[in-house]
Amino acid sequence: MRITCPHCGERDHREFYYKGHALALERPSPDAGEAAWDDYVHQRENPAGVTRDLWYHEGGCGAWVVVSRNTLTHEVLGTQAASEARA
Amino acid sequence: MRIEGKGLIARDHRVSFTFDGVRYSGFQGDTLASALLANGVRLVARSFKYHRPRGILTAGSEEPNALVTIGTGGRQDPNVRATVQELYDGLEARSQNRWPSLNHDLLSVNDLAAPFFGAGFYYKTFMWPRAFWEKLYEPMIRKAAGLGALSGEDNADRYERAFAFCDLLVIGAGPAGLMAALVAGRAGADVILADEDARIGGRLLAETYEIDGKPGHVWAEEVLAELRAMDNVRLMTRTTVAGAYDHGTFAALERVSHHRADRGAGAPLECFWRIVARRSVLAAGALERPVAFRDNDRPGIMTAGAVRAYLNRWGVAPGKAVTVFGNNDDAHRTARDLMAAGVHVAGLIDSRHDAPEVQGVHMIRGGQVCGSTGRRSLEAITVRRAGGEERIQTDCLAMSGGWNPSVHLTCHMNGRPAWRRDIASFVPVAGAIPGLRAAGACNGAFSTAGCLREGAAAAVEALEDLGLKASEPTLPAADDTPYALEPLWAVPGKGRAWLDFQNDVTVKDVKQAAVENFRSVEHMKRYTTQGMATDQGKNSNVAALAVLADATGRGIPETGTTTFRPPYSPIAIAALGAGAEGKGFQPQRFTTSHAATVARGAPLIEAGLWYRPSYFPKPGETDWRQSCDREVGYVRNAVGVADVSTLGKIDIQGADAAKLLDFVYTNMFSTLKVGRVRYGLMLREDGHVMDDGTTARLGEDHYVMTTTTAAAGEVMKHLEFATQGLHPEWDVSLCSVTEHWAQFAVAGPKAREVLNGLLDTPLDPQDWPFMSCGAVSVLGVAGRLFRISFSGEEGYEIAVPARYGASLFDILVKRAEGLGGGPYGMEALNVLRIEKGFITHSEIHGRTTAYDIGMGGMVSARKDCIGKTMSQRPGLEEPGRECLVGLKPVGPDGRLLAGAHLYRKEAEAKRTNDQGYVTSVCHSPTLGHMIGLAFLADGPERHGEIVKMVDGLRGVTTLCEVVNPVFFDADGGRMRG
Ligand SMILES: [Zn+2]
Repeated sequence: MRITCPHCGERDHREFYYKGHALALERPSPDAGEAAWDDYVHQRENPAGVTRDLWYHEGGCGAWVVVSRNTLTHEVLGTQAASEARA
Repeated sequence: MRIEGKGLIARDHRVSFTFDGVRYSGFQGDTLASALLANGVRLVARSFKYHRPRGILTAGSEEPNALVTIGTGGRQDPNVRATVQELYDGLEARSQNRWPSLNHDLLSVNDLAAPFFGAGFYYKTFMWPRAFWEKLYEPMIRKAAGLGALSGEDNADRYERAFAFCDLLVIGAGPAGLMAALVAGRAGADVILADEDARIGGRLLAETYEIDGKPGHVWAEEVLAELRAMDNVRLMTRTTVAGAYDHGTFAALERVSHHRADRGAGAPLECFWRIVARRSVLAAGALERPVAFRDNDRPGIMTAGAVRAYLNRWGVAPGKAVTVFGNNDDAHRTARDLMAAGVHVAGLIDSRHDAPEVQGVHMIRGGQVCGSTGRRSLEAITVRRAGGEERIQTDCLAMSGGWNPSVHLTCHMNGRPAWRRDIASFVPVAGAIPGLRAAGACNGAFSTAGCLREGAAAAVEALEDLGLKASEPTLPAADDTPYALEPLWAVPGKGRAWLDFQNDVTVKDVKQAAVENFRSVEHMKRYTTQGMATDQGKNSNVAALAVLADATGRGIPETGTTTFRPPYSPIAIAALGAGAEGKGFQPQRFTTSHAATVARGAPLIEAGLWYRPSYFPKPGETDWRQSCDREVGYVRNAVGVADVSTLGKIDIQGADAAKLLDFVYTNMFSTLKVGRVRYGLMLREDGHVMDDGTTARLGEDHYVMTTTTAAAGEVMKHLEFATQGLHPEWDVSLCSVTEHWAQFAVAGPKAREVLNGLLDTPLDPQDWPFMSCGAVSVLGVAGRLFRISFSGEEGYEIAVPARYGASLFDILVKRAEGLGGGPYGMEALNVLRIEKGFITHSEIHGRTTAYDIGMGGMVSARKDCIGKTMSQRPGLEEPGRECLVGLKPVGPDGRLLAGAHLYRKEAEAKRTNDQGYVTSVCHSPTLGHMIGLAFLADGPERHGEIVKMVDGLRGVTTLCEVVNPVFFDADGGRMRG
């Protein structure tokens, strides 16, 4: 698997650490309520198809990268720095 | 028998080798198989299950029979295919799976017992008595059925792994692959051309085809010369592309030294490559399939293409009177080539009634070979033909059931090949591997002209994808005869007809599977073990599928296909794991005091990747406890020095650095004054404790955080995530500086005295209160000093740039020794912190909350932080939770054990009565007895209660008193000084 780091270019997936769904970027406010926090911390979809997840370029520049990919075909549809994905 | 003047071997370079101890000779350019055939050796192996005599079936990596062992001891290499092993002077090969010898194999009795060993025999036989399976039957079957063995010694060879990148990977260097590489190379693409063979040319080396009026191998040489002259083309011979993976990644095995007696200076035996290609062309060719008929596994029976290969490439006639049996025109070439070389062809049997006539040979059209005879190799065949049976004396039968395109790699990403009725074969489906195009025989184009055409076309298309300009190549002139065949899978009749030679699976076995309702190809495969040997059924899967289709009354496409998985051909685990053994298994991290530590004889303990001293033994000490107790004494009574550089250090700078720290720590850091240090607690977002450590404020916008050794990487990722992912608007930058600074703890009543001789300005206790920090000059070197303590004594941590670490450690230790102290290791460090009730990852093990460790109050009410909301969930802070306590055994000799569980004094030690568990224990030399840290239900309210500690594993029960986890100097007077 190859992932394109927005800073370093295309790299082997072994340079990256995997976190999970990019939902982790959408942190609720402290008073958002139990359901919102439960969803944020625990609940994850397991899509057969397109998903967005977070990878950390640990063996490279240290960037958190949002990767859009297809879980069925393994195709990587695009990558973006996490700092820009939120902005 | 060698034929004068034929073959591509170096006739002037004779080499000597042995097989089962007998000395033979061959030529450079031979494989072990061609040299054995040239020496008239027919019987080379015994079969897996029935120990039937077996010979060489093929001339390539698909060989199921001719497996031998090369080398001895740490270099013993079993299951080497003789058809792949290049001959070298001094090669020693041995046959396998026979006892006492290949000629007299006592286990061939298995063949007589064959009725018991049919499909699914191990599911049916040996069922009773039950206990016999493990003790008797299984060991017996394993001994009888088998392949070669390893020596049991450590592998003496070196293996390597490497990466390569290219625009276009061309897999296979036959006519299609050569043409593709040539077109792409001329267009300036970065090309890798890989072939499993030592010599470029593929099938052109084995045939008499002409290209542009030249022998095929001459044309291949010319193309090779042109490719060699191109800087943008890399040739990888002896390299099998074994697997296709996501995003243009391929696995390949290069056999670097198998073809030479010595390994060469530092050369590995094999190199495992990961090749990343933007586009690829599969030009893997095709494999010939045998025909199943009674006793078709006798030595001397070979595939027709293999007979041509031995004849044309190696100048070997595999028999004196050769017969040819096929269902297609291609088989006729074998008869023609043999006759042209002067070898007697005793008969050409074609199963087709309308087969084209071949002149000058006894030809039987519409005939089928239905049996063979011979003692240890072929002596005669029986042909069934119109009007009866005919027996033909022959010592070699060349058989062809047609060709199977080598679609294997196109199946590695779940692709299913498609059935093409006209060639009775599976072919790849376009797009099965993104970026890969199949060309030539592996795509069902069997003529030489077809291969050249498809190779060129695939390259042109790939170049277009790559944005390179490809000039339409002129194709060389070559034969374009269409491939004609009529399917013939198994000749009907009595007896056993072999499909899978390596796993000893017969037509009867497949039919039996169908009868027992194992109708799915995947079920049949597992029930019969068809295709499950090391060759993955390369010769036999399609025929077995056809037999199953016939037995179940379905067509072949409806019956399905089997799944080909990587690797294409076997790869040694040693190659896959190259570089990851011994010290390569994981990196080692050494502190700057490592050499001094080793020189002092300190045993090392691993902390993550770091190596830290356990203790520093002194002459006369016979037990680690003596050393440890002495070192604890240094710190409590004089001064001790410890290297604490392994703790993670993260430099945090920016106008919003304080905001980040307030966000990741439960407590406030924005209020910390410059020049001060604060202990911080970090939670995961689910509310459990993640890590702890001290953070110093060096300037208004500049902090340096320390993490535990274990969690340094995790905390760095976490901070980066909080910064980049959650608050990219903040002005803050992070940098791991763990390895930039060597940092030493200097602790004990005489700590200040040690430092004062080193610092350019002596320490004034007024300026350096507990939890202060700042820049210092250490013998003229700019350093940092932190007044913090993990021992409970007056303590400092002094940091200098790493290049001064070794020197500073020596100086500190010398000065400490002059004051009645010295260095201390991890054991003493652990005792000191347990005596003080300080936690480590033994306590913050991922399931504890701030409340559990008695730090609930550290979660600031005045701000949000990561983990705060979830830490307030009901259940995470309520009574009844197991919370941190100290344990002290009742009686001076009571033993405490980490991992033991706690129960009420009178309760039975069972799960439902469980009250908690012990996390850290030590003998406290300061107190004179064992002490422990534990988590106990409602623990803080139970100080003074006697509980029962039970270690069920080690059978220890100890009554203990629940006490304050701070055992020593509870008010902290000593460390505040
Ligand atoms: Zn990067």
